[in-house]
Amino acid sequence: MSAPSLTPSKAARSRHDRPPVDGPPPPGGSFTRSLKRNLTAHGFLIGAVLCFAIFSWYPMVREFFLAFQKTDQGEVSWVGLDNLETVFNDPAFWQAWRNTLLFTVLALVFGFAVPFVVALVINELRHGKGYLRLLVYLPVMLPPVAAVLLFKYLYDPGYGLLNEVFGAVGLPEQQWLQDPDLSMLSVVIASTWMNMGGAALIYLAALQGIPGELYEAAELDGAGLLRKVWHVTIPQTRLILSLMLLMQVIATMQVFVEPFLLTGGAGPEGSTTTVVYLIYQYAFNFNNYGAAAALGLLLLVLLAGFSAAYVKLSRAEDE
Amino acid sequence: MRSARFRRTRRAGAITLVSALTLTALAACGTSSSDDGGGSEGGSGSSDPAAPLDPKTKVTITIDCMPPAAKAAELKEWKEDVKEFNKTYPNVTIEGRSTPGQCLEPPRFTAMLKAKSQPDVFYTYFTDLPQVLDNDGAEDITAYVNDRTVPALKDIDPNVLGSLKHENRLYGLPTSNYTMGLLINRKLFEEAGLDPDAPPRTWEEVRTAAKKIAGLGDGIAGFGEYSAGNTGGWHFTAQMYSLGGQVVDASGKKAAFNDELGKQVAENLHAMRWEDQSMGKTQLLKWGDLQKQIATDKLGMFLAAPDDITYMVQQLGADYENFGMGPIPGEKNTLAGGNNYVIKKGISADKIKAGIAWLNFQNLTVGKGQFDWARKKTDKLPVGLPQPNFWLNESKKKDDAARIEHATMPVENFKTFMDNPVPGMAEPPKAQEVYKVLDNVMSGILTNEDADIDKLLSTAEQQVDQVLATQ
Repeated sequence: MSAPSLTPSKAARSRHDRPPVDGPPPPGGSFTRSLKRNLTAHGFLIGAVLCFAIFSWYPMVREFFLAFQKTDQGEVSWVGLDNLETVFNDPAFWQAWRNTLLFTVLALVFGFAVPFVVALVINELRHGKGYLRLLVYLPVMLPPVAAVLLFKYLYDPGYGLLNEVFGAVGLPEQQWLQDPDLSMLSVVIASTWMNMGGAALIYLAALQGIPGELYEAAELDGAGLLRKVWHVTIPQTRLILSLMLLMQVIATMQVFVEPFLLTGGAGPEGSTTTVVYLIYQYAFNFNNYGAAAALGLLLLVLLAGFSAAYVKLSRAEDE
Repeated sequence: MRSARFRRTRRAGAITLVSALTLTALAACGTSSSDDGGGSEGGSGSSDPAAPLDPKTKVTITIDCMPPAAKAAELKEWKEDVKEFNKTYPNVTIEGRSTPGQCLEPPRFTAMLKAKSQPDVFYTYFTDLPQVLDNDGAEDITAYVNDRTVPALKDIDPNVLGSLKHENRLYGLPTSNYTMGLLINRKLFEEAGLDPDAPPRTWEEVRTAAKKIAGLGDGIAGFGEYSAGNTGGWHFTAQMYSLGGQVVDASGKKAAFNDELGKQVAENLHAMRWEDQSMGKTQLLKWGDLQKQIATDKLGMFLAAPDDITYMVQQLGADYENFGMGPIPGEKNTLAGGNNYVIKKGISADKIKAGIAWLNFQNLTVGKGQFDWARKKTDKLPVGLPQPNFWLNESKKKDDAARIEHATMPVENFKTFMDNPVPGMAEPPKAQEVYKVLDNVMSGILTNEDADIDKLLSTAEQQVDQVLATQ
């Protein structure tokens, strides 16, 4: 019966908790001793901690207060749920949520499936893998604003390349960003092209971790390409797929840059107004920080649920 | 032992270095705002607002919108003005702050007010006053502004001064004003067989002219409109005013555009866009887009203020000769606005007096500062635009004469605009929120051939009523 081995982290912890064997313990309590022992680490950490505290944690705490406060003629007062009421009564509120959810769903259909298919194709190729990996990842390296403006030119109904191509092959020209029914899809296509490189590389790494024997066994059982994908690839990458799905949902729910630059934010008849664009409008165009914070809080609650699921899945993967 | 001491010393050194760098970085991250309350460096001056600034009191004031280095001629004039001002007020130090690009961008301005990091004397649009007061950012300068501190006060258009008042208290001094008119591209007018010296005066004439200009082909649009970034609602409002309508009723609580006039505005735009095809295919445009189009001879006309021309010449390389202006079609009323300077709340009485003295010298004295047209001509800056022009009486006569005498552009191009002044109307309450709703009306009309105008207007009416109900 050997004692169960400690995990590295536990071992490290137990080593630190024991007094050093080569002398008496330094004066002071265990906290002071631990502080002295880790002085260098604390010194290096203090910068990051202060930056996080000032620029990330403090604004988060302030947002909670702001969501229930109102400033009038310089006087700050507590207004309970008034800001939430203002937000709920805004005619653009439900439209913004609908648009955001539509963007999320479309972004999952395209932004989730396309990188996976691209990764599958690259993984199956015998030559030019490195070149294709670079090609797929290149758009991620473009500044988002530059990439979006590139699409703005492509979509332009007057001189845009897309309509030129459509015209050349005999297809009817489209009002890409100016048709309320097409505008969100156009935004999603631009967003997918800009962001799929990172996801494709993650999928590719996951695919390369699948043992070849599984595919050989499937082939011996007479499985074709699609059945191999369905019965081997997807089950083997299920966890990565789930994590990526959640990360995509969290990221796409916060979409702002693409509609802001492509359609001016609201889009035709408000068809691309998103929740984060509405928050931006409240704060920086209407000077209503209370309403902006209240809407931000609603978004936070929703995303916190997804984040909790993400953490749970991450733990499952660790185990 | 020595190595242990060396390790400790090295560790302490590393910690010191990291901490110092952190504190430096954090200090750099912070915004410096001018001191509140204090600021007089010598003597104590007089706290009596009516008393003039004590010449023995040394004062330093910060002011934004100093021209950036890219605007070399304007910056040169600013420095000359400071020098000239210091001959009368050697005790006042002017610390100018400049911003590359647009001096006032609403999102940045809103954030600045929230952080209370505005300079002692800061630039705003007329419509920003409620927001500034909400943030407790403006000093009441009623007691400081009189015929002694601002000698030309009686000659400033009361409508302009009215834009800077709240409950009869004065909170700012104007630097410029504008009323919207119809800006035309003279070259395209001539090519289309239209008279550039007689811009359209009614919306029917606009429609006819737009059709002719669009007939030139090559992607040229006859008339352009905004429909994004809240600027669509802004121009819908201007068009309503031009026909004698309103977007919000007199009580400020109800939408007032869902009527025959609103329908007329919407139907006219829809017909120009879809029946005449005279407004171009590219829509969802916002401020800056139409200026680029007209500067590159791709657009015949749009509603604008005269200072748009300065932007197009200085930033887009267009020629003054290429533009002309007429009054807003319809001519019942036009949308009026402008820019001004506000004094930061809480600064010392001496600083307030110094700020007002500077504003009076640079912005409110005929023949000086911004109204020194002879110098502007020498420096090859635009002279001859019809605005800013908030003067009345003798000041107006004097300034108009100097403007014509030193003109650097064909002032006759703006004759129709100058000879037919249209009464200016202020923007509606909760302007930006109302404009956001009306953007949907404009984008609906201009992007959807099958747009249901009645539905667009009634939906917008309900939404504006909701917006106004939460004041």
